[in-house]
Amino acid sequence: MNLFSQLGTWFQECRASLSQILTTFPEGCRIPLKEWSNDGLRSLVRNYGNIFDIVNDQVLLILYRLEGLLLALPWWLVILAIGVVAWSASGKRGLAVGLALSLVVIGMFGLWDDTVRTLTIMLLATTLTVLVGLPIGILAATSRTVQAITNPILDGMQTLPSFVYLIPMVFFFGLGNVAAIFATFTYAVPPMIRLTNLGIRLVDEQVVEASEAFGASTVQVLWGVRLPLAMPTIMAGVNQAIMMALAMAVIASMIGARGLGAEVLRGVNNGNFGQGLEAGLAIVVLAIILDRITAGYGRRLDYSTEPAQGGGRG
Amino acid sequence: MAKIEVHNLYKIFGPRPQEVLSQVQAEVPKDEIWAKTGHTVGLDNISLSVEQGETFVVMGLSGSGKSTFVRCINRLIEATAGEILIDDSQVLELSDREIKQLRREKLGMVFQRFALLPHRSVIRNVAYGLRVQGVAREERLQRAQHWIDVVGLSGYEQVRPRQLSGGMQQRVGLARALCTDPEVLLMDEAFSALDPLIRREMQDELLRLQQELHKTIIFITHDLDEALRLGDRIAILKDGRLVQIGTPIEIITRPADYYVEAFVRDVNRARVLTAKVVMDREVALIPVSTPPQDALRGMRKLNQYLSYVVDHNRKYLGVVLAEQVASASKAGDPNLAGTLIADTPTTTPDKVLTDLLAVSAASTLPIAVVDEQGVFLGALPKALILRALASEHEILRVLASEQEGEELLSAKAAAWEAGEDWD
Ligand SMILES: Nc1ncnc2c1ncn2[C@@H]1O[C@H](COP(=O)(O)OP(=O)(O)OP(=O)(O)O)[C@@H](O)[C@H]1O
Ligand SMILES: [Mg+2]
Repeated sequence: MNLFSQLGTWFQECRASLSQILTTFPEGCRIPLKEWSNDGLRSLVRNYGNIFDIVNDQVLLILYRLEGLLLALPWWLVILAIGVVAWSASGKRGLAVGLALSLVVIGMFGLWDDTVRTLTIMLLATTLTVLVGLPIGILAATSRTVQAITNPILDGMQTLPSFVYLIPMVFFFGLGNVAAIFATFTYAVPPMIRLTNLGIRLVDEQVVEASEAFGASTVQVLWGVRLPLAMPTIMAGVNQAIMMALAMAVIASMIGARGLGAEVLRGVNNGNFGQGLEAGLAIVVLAIILDRITAGYGRRLDYSTEPAQGGGRG
Repeated sequence: MAKIEVHNLYKIFGPRPQEVLSQVQAEVPKDEIWAKTGHTVGLDNISLSVEQGETFVVMGLSGSGKSTFVRCINRLIEATAGEILIDDSQVLELSDREIKQLRREKLGMVFQRFALLPHRSVIRNVAYGLRVQGVAREERLQRAQHWIDVVGLSGYEQVRPRQLSGGMQQRVGLARALCTDPEVLLMDEAFSALDPLIRREMQDELLRLQQELHKTIIFITHDLDEALRLGDRIAILKDGRLVQIGTPIEIITRPADYYVEAFVRDVNRARVLTAKVVMDREVALIPVSTPPQDALRGMRKLNQYLSYVVDHNRKYLGVVLAEQVASASKAGDPNLAGTLIADTPTTTPDKVLTDLLAVSAASTLPIAVVDEQGVFLGALPKALILRALASEHEILRVLASEQEGEELLSAKAAAWEAGEDWD
C-alpha cells in the first residue's frame, strides 16, 4: 500500500512537471546564440579593428573621389554619357533619349546631387559584388563540394531579413556610407554567385567537349569557352545584383547612407509624402537605366540568339 | 602498318565499374547487368586495329557504343579496362599532360552537332586548335585561312558560325579538325545532322580530301550507305560488342549474323557491287582468226547464240552472233573479222552497278568487262546484272566462284598461250 502511494505521488509530480514542459517552453535550456554572436562580433572588432579601419578609410577615399568627380563634372555631360552608354548597350536610340530626359526631370526635382551620391554607392557596391561573386560563382561551378557549401549559405542569406545585415556592418565600420556599401554588397552578392554558377554549368557541354578534344587545358576551357558562353547569364547576375542594391538604398540610409534613400527616409520621418515620392521616382529611374544597360549588354553577348543570316560574302 | 590498335577494350558506365567488370567478362548480357547492378555496358571486349591511311567506319544502331568507342580513343571517356595503342604509345597510361599533348598533336575530331565555338568567327574557330597549342597569331590565322580555302569557305572568315547553314558549319568543323594537321581524324556521326544532298556533298568532299591527305580516319555512322561509300573497312557494333569487321563487299555479301543482315537488307546493292564482282568469267572466247565454220561448230556445241571475240593478245574486239557466223561460213569468209559487231558496250572492272544500269539498258548486247589494256576479263549480260541486284544467293554464288573463276581464267589464258584450240 505504501509502495503504491509513493508511486502515486511520483506519478503526480511527473505529470505536473511534464505538463509544465508541454505548456511553457523550458527556460533553463535556452541557446545563447544572441550572446555568442555578439561576443563573436565584439571580439572580431576588438582583434581586427584596425583592418576594418583601413578598409573603411580606403573605401571612403574611393567613394569621395568618385562622387567628387561626378559632382564636379557638368550635370549635362554626365547625363549625356549615361545616354550614350544606354544607347550603345541597348542599340535603341529612342530609349536612350528617354532615359536621359528622365534624368533631367530628376534634376529638376532638385535631386541631382542625391542621385549622384546614390549612383556612386551603387557602383561601388556592385563592383564589390562582381569582384567577390564572380570568383565564388566560378568555384561553385567547377566543384561540387564548393557548391554544396555555398548553396545553403546563399539560401540563408537571401531569406534573412535585410535589416539584420545592417547591425554587424555598423559594428565594423560605424554609421555611414561604407557600412551601407558592405550591407548592400552582402544583400546583392547571392544572385551574382548563383547566376555565375548557373551560367557556367549551362554552357553547351558539346562545345566544351570539342575544346577538350583539341587538347585545351582546364584554364583554356574556362577562359576561352565557359566564361564567354556564360556571359549572358553572368550579366543577368550583375543586373539582379544592381536591382537588389537599389532596393537596399532606403534601408541602407538607416545606417547613414546618403543620397536618395536618405531623402525617402526623411520623407517618412516628416510625414512628407511628396518628398518621399520625388526621391522614390528618382530611384525608379536609376533602376530602369541600370537595368536597360546591363540587360542590353547581356543580350549583346548572347550568341545563341544571333540572327541566322545565311551569311553574305565579304 | 597498324596506326591504332585496340585490345580487349571495356567501358562500363556507373559508380563502380571495376566490380561489374568480371561479370561483363563472364559474358552476362547487357540487360541483365543493367537490371542487377544498374551499370550500363558501353563497350564489351573490343579488339581491332586500324591501318595507317585507312578510313575505318564504325557502324551500329543508337546506343550500340559508337560514340563511347571513339571517345575512348582520345580519352574524352576513360575506358574501364583494356589497351589502346596509337603508334605504339599506350594511350590509357598517358598522364593528364601527355594525353593533352597527344590530342593537340595527333588527334583531330569532328562532331555530329558541329560543336563550334559560337562566340568566335569562322577563321578563329578553324584556328582554335593552333591557339590551344600556343602557335603565334600570324601563323595560325595564315594556316586557318589555307584550310578555309580548301573546304571552300573563302569569304566567310569573319562570319559567326550560327550565321552559316548546317553544311557550311560542318565544313568549318572539318577545317578546324584538319588545321592542326593531325594524323588521326575522329569523326562522330559528322554528317548525320545534314540533309541528304548536303550529306552526299560532304562525303564527296571527304573522299576528295582523303585522296590527298591519307589521314587515318575513324568514322562513326549509323547509315550503311555512308559506311559503304566511305569505308575501307567497316566494324559493326551491337550492344557494345563487335559483331563483324570487313570490307564493304564482305559486309553486305556475308553478314555475320541476323543483326548485320538486318542492316544490309535494304542497302542499294547496285551502289556497292562492282562489275568485277558480278561478271561472268566463264564465257568462251573466240580468236578473231577462227574460220567461221569452226566458230559455228563450237557455238553449237556450247549452245551459244552469242560469242565474245578477241585478238591473239586476248584484247576484246566485239561479239559475233550465230546466224551471222552461219552466213559468213556459207559465204566462205576466211575469218570472223567480217561478221564482228565491234560497237558493243564495255566497262572497267571497278565500276559499280549503278553506273552500269543505264549502259546495260541502252543496248541489247551484253557489257564486256575489260582492263586498261583492253584485255577481256568477263561478261555482264543484262540478266546477270538484274539477278545480282535481286538476290542474295546469286551474289553469294558469284562470290564463291570468284576464286574459282580467277583460276579458270588463268588456266584458259595458259591454254591459249599454249596454242590450244578454244574448245
Ligand atoms: N555518360 C554516360 N553514362 C551512362 N551511360 C552512358 C553514358 N554515355 C553513354 N552511355 C550508355 O552507353 C551506351 C552506348 O552509348 P553511345 O552514346 O556510345 O551510343 P551510340 O552508338 O553513339 O548511339 P547514338 O547513335 O545514339 O549516338 C548506351 O546504352 C548509353 O546509354
Ligand atoms: Mg553517338
